[in-house]
Amino acid sequence: MMNNKSIADLAKGLRSGEFSSLELTQMFLDRIKRHGSLNCYITVTEELALQEAKAADARIAKGDAMLLTGIPIAQKDIFCTQGVKTTCGSKMLDNFIAPYNATVIEKLNQAGAVMLGKLNMDEFAMGSSNETSYYGAVRNPWDRNAIPGGSSGGSAAAVAAGLAACATGTDTGGSIRQPAAHCGITGLKPTYGRVSRYGMIAYASSLDQGGPMARSAEDAAILLQTMAGFDEKDSTSVDLPVPDYRAGLNNPIEGLKIGLPKEFFGDGLSGDVAAVIDAAVNEYRKLGAQIKEISMPNLKLAIPAYYVIAPAECSANLSRFDGVRFGYRCSHPTDLADLYTRSRGEGFGKEVKRRILMGTYALSAGYYDAYYIKAQKVRRLISEEFKNALSEVDVIMGPVTPSTAFGIGEKIGNPIEMYLSDIYTIAINLAGVPAMSVPAGIVDGKPVGLQIIGNYFAEDRLLNIAHQYQQVTDWHQQRPKGFE
Amino acid sequence: MSLTTDDVKKIAHLARLGIDESDIESYARDLSGMLDLMAQMSELNTDNVIPMAHPMDQVQRLRPDIVTEQDNREQFQSIAPQVEAGLYLVPKVIE
Repeated sequence: MMNNKSIADLAKGLRSGEFSSLELTQMFLDRIKRHGSLNCYITVTEELALQEAKAADARIAKGDAMLLTGIPIAQKDIFCTQGVKTTCGSKMLDNFIAPYNATVIEKLNQAGAVMLGKLNMDEFAMGSSNETSYYGAVRNPWDRNAIPGGSSGGSAAAVAAGLAACATGTDTGGSIRQPAAHCGITGLKPTYGRVSRYGMIAYASSLDQGGPMARSAEDAAILLQTMAGFDEKDSTSVDLPVPDYRAGLNNPIEGLKIGLPKEFFGDGLSGDVAAVIDAAVNEYRKLGAQIKEISMPNLKLAIPAYYVIAPAECSANLSRFDGVRFGYRCSHPTDLADLYTRSRGEGFGKEVKRRILMGTYALSAGYYDAYYIKAQKVRRLISEEFKNALSEVDVIMGPVTPSTAFGIGEKIGNPIEMYLSDIYTIAINLAGVPAMSVPAGIVDGKPVGLQIIGNYFAEDRLLNIAHQYQQVTDWHQQRPKGFE
Repeated sequence: MSLTTDDVKKIAHLARLGIDESDIESYARDLSGMLDLMAQMSELNTDNVIPMAHPMDQVQRLRPDIVTEQDNREQFQSIAPQVEAGLYLVPKVIE
């Protein structure tokens, strides 16, 4: 089936004339319609996709195609797409037609990728279950009563269900890796600064990072190749050359030093998930890796530090939504204060409000030092722990999530419990290092992800290590029933 | 540390954020829970640690002082809630 082919195979098929981009795009559009009840897409850009597919076919015929030319992909609805509704999962932006393209979108357009549409997500990327979306929860294709993870839940579910060849996501505290784990796909959060944030709607600017969500490490490498790179429009973009990510995939990993932090395997990790991670680490041992137990005692403070820093940055970033220049405006405001207060009150959902309140409090006079500065100091200590660990070992491995996907409705009433489910992913964003989620097993019909954490700008190494695992296992090739 | 409903109202005012009267109590409870979580940070000695604002210790890039932005006013205002003669309209501020 075309929906199961790798990007490299699709590109080959397009070049050999086995199928056209138009046929491929139509096939995905049909699947999106057929599986609409998963609620993966907020907007399907059918007409635009068909136009882009025709243009891609012409480009392929002319012989100046790139690897992604004609490949149907989908974008998390956090990336601004010129002329196309860009909601960020919020009522606040339900009427927002982006006036410009995010750099990531611009690059993918130039590569000739076909955009199928915009994917569902937690409101303003705040959530771990995709349940905070104004457009409703996304269903996990492996178990329709389970969450797909969040905030890039639509991206993960769409890729797992074969409703796009691959997708973009963003990760502030685990929002690429956690849904990738819960949906059985491969996701990579790059080093902070590797992928441009221009036109990516901001949640917490010192943590946000865009990255690829795909069916294999090889596909992720192809997508990242186009997404990554310096952008003068993003003041925190890092000006370093982008390596050829595919070139290193087949490097041998014999002698690889893997660190297992004992804090990743303590109380709270379900036995089933622990067994899957053990088995995956064993595969690496067979591939010639050396395993070393390490300790990172400050990891447990990552959640408290994150829930000061991220809300603080969010309260500042989301102050731009004021009902004046774009987005939702309340009806019949009585004065300016009423316009601000009601537009924001009616436009934002409860989780977003909770984080704006938390951040406003942490930044307010009298509490700034006790919370915000304290959290930034803890952040440095956590970051140093990663630097120290990664000077001893090449990569750190562990679980992505403490359990498999929980049920829709199970944790939405208890925000603190929801926050704690990000225990293994959040510290990585505080440090800014890259990390991946790789499918490593299935427990009771639901996928489990292995997390691989690397040093700054070592995305090529992570992809290589994940690819080698995918050469000797087939977890990444498993498909949910009914979506084969 | 726990926050009262009055604290929540004050914070909401600072953020110019309308919240439903019926939700205030649950916000007070949730925020208090978050503050309890944050209290764990006090167990770590952070004396003499420099606060980390950003993962990359880099300085801001400079660029030549030349105009690069085009005039996009019409395009930007086409998505605004209310405009007139090139201006964004809000309720009267000065009587």
